[in-house]
Amino acid sequence: MAEIKVDCRGQNCPVPLVETRKALKKAAPGDVVEVTGDHPASKKEIPMAVKALGLELLEVEDEEGSEWRIRIRR
Amino acid sequence: MADQDKEMTGADKVTIIVHSGDLDKIYSAIIIANGSLAMGMEATLFFTFWGLQRLKKGGLDKGPLSKMNMLGLGRWMVKKRMGAAKVASLETLLADFKELDGKIIACEMTMEVMGIRKEDLRQDLIDEYGAVGTYVQEARGSAINLFI
Repeated sequence: MAEIKVDCRGQNCPVPLVETRKALKKAAPGDVVEVTGDHPASKKEIPMAVKALGLELLEVEDEEGSEWRIRIRR
Repeated sequence: MADQDKEMTGADKVTIIVHSGDLDKIYSAIIIANGSLAMGMEATLFFTFWGLQRLKKGGLDKGPLSKMNMLGLGRWMVKKRMGAAKVASLETLLADFKELDGKIIACEMTMEVMGIRKEDLRQDLIDEYGAVGTYVQEARGSAINLFI
């Protein structure tokens, strides 16, 4: 199973959300998508999208400064 | 759920009429559409009147601001600030919209009234040409309907 990394640091609305969705679309079932970003609203909204898509939210982790990391299983 | 049922219950779909060609309103429409796709909904953009002007070749980001345009000065300032805030370009946002299977309909009546031919438009982006009936068919199956 592949692990796909998406770097959205420095990106503004709606890019982190959209890039996450694009990565999930390309991923195979079972693959893990890991998104890194620093856009505050996206940290809340990506988990909302994951729930709406019926996928598994593995973790939401705060990193240094305003950065965060979200892991999702397709 | 069968596709037909989905259409009747107005399940997860957003339809937006893009009537304005103003830069800020085009941004609003496409950002909402992309957000909807990202959240797992379907999205359709129906471009009509001044909005359709933006689908002319080379016209995507040529609209004025809806307020405080000040002969282009306000527009220039907003574009500069958007660049500083790393807001994605309309071209990028529309490419994302298409990649996530968003649908674009161009209004045939507007084309007729304003003398716009298919060759004048970004045919690479447009999925369908239609009139009010096409819009209603999209809208009746949508949980969210916006006019921008």
